[in-house]
Amino acid sequence: MKPAAFDYHAPTTLDEALALLAAYGDEAKILAGGQSLIPAMNFRLAQPAILVDINPVTTLVGIHAEGDGGLRIGTMTRQRTVEHSDLVAARAPLLAETMPHIAHPQIRNRGTFGGSLAHADPASELPAVAVALGMTLRAQSTRGERDIDATDFFQGLFATALEPDEMLIEVLIPALPARTGTAFAEVARRHGDYAMAGAAAVVTLAEDGTIAACKLVYLSIGDAPVESHSAASALLGVIPTDEAIRAAAEAMEQDIDPLGDIHATAAYRRHLAKVLARRTLASAVARARN
Amino acid sequence: MTTKSFGQRIKRNEDPQLLTGRAQFVDDVHIPGMLHVAFKRSDYAHARITGIDLEAAKSMPGVVAVYTAEDLGDFWQPSPLLVPPPPAEHVVFNKRTSGQLARSKVRFVGEAIVMVVAESRYLAEDAAETIIVDYEPLDAVVGLEAALTEDSALVHEDVGSNIGAHVIQRKGDYDTARAQADLVISRRLLYDRGTAAPMETRGVVAHYDHLARHLTVWDSTQAPIPIRNGLAAMFGLSERQVRVIAPFVGGGFGPKVMMFYPEETLVPWAAIKLERPVKWIEDRLENFYAMTHERGQLHDSEIALTKEGKILGVKDVFLHDTGAYIPYGLTVPINTQCTLLGPYVVPHYYTEFKALFTNKTVVTPYRGAGRQHGVFVMERLLDIAAKELGMDPLELRRINFIQPEQFPWCNEIIYQDFTKLTYDSGNYEPVLDKAMRMIGWDEWRQNEQPRLRAEGRKVGIGLVMYVEGTGIGPYEGARVQVETTGKVTIVTGIGTQGQGHYTSFAQIAADALGVPMKDIYISTGDTGQFSWGVGTFASRGAVVAGSAVYSAAQMVREKALKQAAEHLEASEADIELVDGFAQVRGAPGARVPLATLAASANPLRGAVRPGTEPGLEATAYFGPQMGTTASGAHAMIVEVDPETYQLKILKYVVVHDCGPLINPLIVDGQVHGGVAQGIGNAFYEQLIYDETGQLLNASFMDYLLPTSTDVPRMELGHEETPSPLNPLGVKGAGEAGAIPVGPLFAQALEDALIDSGLEILEIPLSPSRLWELVEGGDA
Ligand SMILES: Cc1cc2nc3c(=O)[nH]c(=O)nc-3n(C[C@H](O)[C@H](O)[C@H](O)COP(=O)(O)OP(=O)(O)OC[C@H]3O[C@@H](n4cnc5c(N)ncnc54)[C@H](O)[C@@H]3O)c2cc1C
Repeated sequence: MKPAAFDYHAPTTLDEALALLAAYGDEAKILAGGQSLIPAMNFRLAQPAILVDINPVTTLVGIHAEGDGGLRIGTMTRQRTVEHSDLVAARAPLLAETMPHIAHPQIRNRGTFGGSLAHADPASELPAVAVALGMTLRAQSTRGERDIDATDFFQGLFATALEPDEMLIEVLIPALPARTGTAFAEVARRHGDYAMAGAAAVVTLAEDGTIAACKLVYLSIGDAPVESHSAASALLGVIPTDEAIRAAAEAMEQDIDPLGDIHATAAYRRHLAKVLARRTLASAVARARN
Repeated sequence: MTTKSFGQRIKRNEDPQLLTGRAQFVDDVHIPGMLHVAFKRSDYAHARITGIDLEAAKSMPGVVAVYTAEDLGDFWQPSPLLVPPPPAEHVVFNKRTSGQLARSKVRFVGEAIVMVVAESRYLAEDAAETIIVDYEPLDAVVGLEAALTEDSALVHEDVGSNIGAHVIQRKGDYDTARAQADLVISRRLLYDRGTAAPMETRGVVAHYDHLARHLTVWDSTQAPIPIRNGLAAMFGLSERQVRVIAPFVGGGFGPKVMMFYPEETLVPWAAIKLERPVKWIEDRLENFYAMTHERGQLHDSEIALTKEGKILGVKDVFLHDTGAYIPYGLTVPINTQCTLLGPYVVPHYYTEFKALFTNKTVVTPYRGAGRQHGVFVMERLLDIAAKELGMDPLELRRINFIQPEQFPWCNEIIYQDFTKLTYDSGNYEPVLDKAMRMIGWDEWRQNEQPRLRAEGRKVGIGLVMYVEGTGIGPYEGARVQVETTGKVTIVTGIGTQGQGHYTSFAQIAADALGVPMKDIYISTGDTGQFSWGVGTFASRGAVVAGSAVYSAAQMVREKALKQAAEHLEASEADIELVDGFAQVRGAPGARVPLATLAASANPLRGAVRPGTEPGLEATAYFGPQMGTTASGAHAMIVEVDPETYQLKILKYVVVHDCGPLINPLIVDGQVHGGVAQGIGNAFYEQLIYDETGQLLNASFMDYLLPTSTDVPRMELGHEETPSPLNPLGVKGAGEAGAIPVGPLFAQALEDALIDSGLEILEIPLSPSRLWELVEGGDA
């Protein structure tokens, strides 16, 4: 379990880092927190010829309050920092609620916010939350900068919209509308494990108490974040009673086609998806009402 | 006045060293010029090797040597059989053990094929990766029943079937008993594979000093003396030319008692041949494949009872998965046969097993070592019988207990130590009563549970009983010496993997010699210090080596008293040993330090009386006539999430009887660790193979060890029924925590999910599996 040989670069500025990516293309890999990349290298599943360690690029770190009530988070911000941020708790409570479910404190101390998104593990919490909150992922290369919608960013198993020479540099999180409640829940074998299934719900109520907007997004249910549009449309315009939520959870089923694995059969995973739909929608509604 | 330390809750001597990272493990051994090893291991569970291309590897930078089985010449040999089959009534045994490197065929994924020796582990792995092995894949033997079918592939063609062993044992006449029964319960029960997953993987460092002609081997083993003896024989060296050191070992649990793992002989062989020190440290991936596993068994079991609930007899026929080879003989399935009978009077018993070769990692004892399976079968049958009879499950157990006056109790079948399975002593009702009290059985049943159930909560309670054969022979030894500084050393041959020997052995000697604990130095697991012994396994350290320490310490005490009597001109009977002094009782002024007595027993000039032995020192050996039998009860209250089937243990109680406790803190620790492994075994840990014999979860991401959030606080109680078989009266405690957890989970979960009518016949479980069993799913 020793990695294959590689060349190591540790640029101190974004420009240098992007120049290295431009020069080496897909021979190079960005090293962020290393919590996914290094294990893969030790198993020799990943054998990059070149590592571009962006830890010294300090401009990629930070949680910034945006004028519109949203947030901007630098890619190299540690997961633990996001977890403990008052700003995040106030402006993106869904994110704050989710962070403790990612691995263990030791790993969150090293693992980065952007690294988790760029890695695009379908069992990761952050990609699902990114879709649920409608985050924008900002990528940069020597060719320029572009903004990618979370729904377009995640393209399948460990696959994203990033080109080999592009780096995810920061993430924009929009402000939550009024009367919006959010909730996250997952079912994992042990605390800190990748979940067998997880869900993030975002619900906005109209003044009359009916549902004005709703998003329900899953992790570990498909090969990328899976959004249930059927659940959302079942709830739009209705008063979210227990019955209505139950019906939405039933409607959700047609949107998913989970696979079985050694921890959960396909049928059990489908069952969990339903349970999680009920639980997250119900608490998101309760929070929206408050 | 020195207080008696036997029985005291004394903190462990070794912990400051361990907790501050100052304890030496094998990987801490660094020798200048040391080379490193990596292995090319089989990717297939079952395949013929048709070619091996080493060209690229040999020319890689830093590569010193690359060896295949062919290159080993005469050194290539199947490992010895560690434990011969027992002299039971009907025994077929097909001995098949593995050579160091696979020759023409591989029989499990991870079997070593090529050894690469290089200047660093990195370079060795780089080279191993370039080796191309050509395979002709064969069908893999994976399932137990499938292994016995006509058209199954054969793991060892020359055996003619996949039967590694077939053993029948019996007590009385089961068929006649069955004919008289009011109730017969038959079930098929499954217990699946797991791995011990010690925190420290295996590792070997070997250094041959060509000038001194002396081989030193550091080995993370539980049994250094047999390894020393075996290596000396293999290399044509005197035992005095070989020193095997098992330094601190980060968990053994059984799998580190092999003789030999291929790496244990290959690394010293390469060190001698290359004239350089050589190190191999097993990485976690290798550990999953190449360290032995345990637990795969499939039972067809039957219990016959009267309508009052008296057990008339038990019949158990099972298949035991021994993996690709059978180097450890039949210890695991024999333990299963013997432990099944538990604390109960079972007048008639028929037990038969086939140990089957499969294309999976070899199976050898792991904490509990087959006892789990037997306890699972018996406790499940009793639970099911209780339901059928409409009896309280604990009452059913109680009326079948062997009574205290019935000991020694002989179960007639042959145990792992080749003697007739005989329980030395026991008293089971107080254990059951205490466990019921501690878990609050009656209160729970009458008030709490109905109240919680009314709230819609799925809560259940369980309580199971077991016995555990411990402290088997053949023997261990110890040398105790009072040095001229007044410090005491204790030397024994067994190794230590966390059992607290540095403390409990010191307690035994401290009492005999009246010296403070801090003045006692202990060496274990170094053949350079003590030449005789077997090893640490089967919950035998405290019983067998502890008794040897006790005897040696008593002999030193006699010597000290005699010398002190002369020195102080008093009668021996009036001398006491206190705080490092020998003193005349009632006249504390008249005293002499033990140090002075030790010095005068080692005179540097002058003459001694004929026949005088030097030193205040003695060596003693202890070999029990048979093993001691500990017993216990585990109880728990569990809550199941009615939707996700995740569970939460609300309360966990262990009542254990291992005789007098040398150090209750250490016994508690042993039980805690065992329960954690038992919980893993019951609900988290399972090695999952696909139909081609590939292990699907060879990492800690997917092989789930219970973590601190999954293991509850436990409440522990002790009964102390002494053993008549050793001077301390002690029984083993090492495995007790791990043994009955599977059936406990089954019983408590059935109770929690009582509305579903669930019957649990398999371990391990998981939320997914529970849901499947209850909701139908695709079970
Ligand atoms: C035991 C364990 C348990 C874990 N459990 C969970 C869990 O439950 N949930 C979970 O979500 N995660 C879990 N993780 C993963 C953890 O959250 C990782 O930190 C995260 O997936 C990757 O972040 P990183 O900063 O460590 O990235 P790295 O490992 O450094 O990189 C991961 C990948 O992303 C690429 N990358 C990183 N940053 C960028 C960037 N800015 N632009 C473009 N590409 C980039 C890298 O090149 C690499 O391919 C676990 C990890 C471990 C070791």
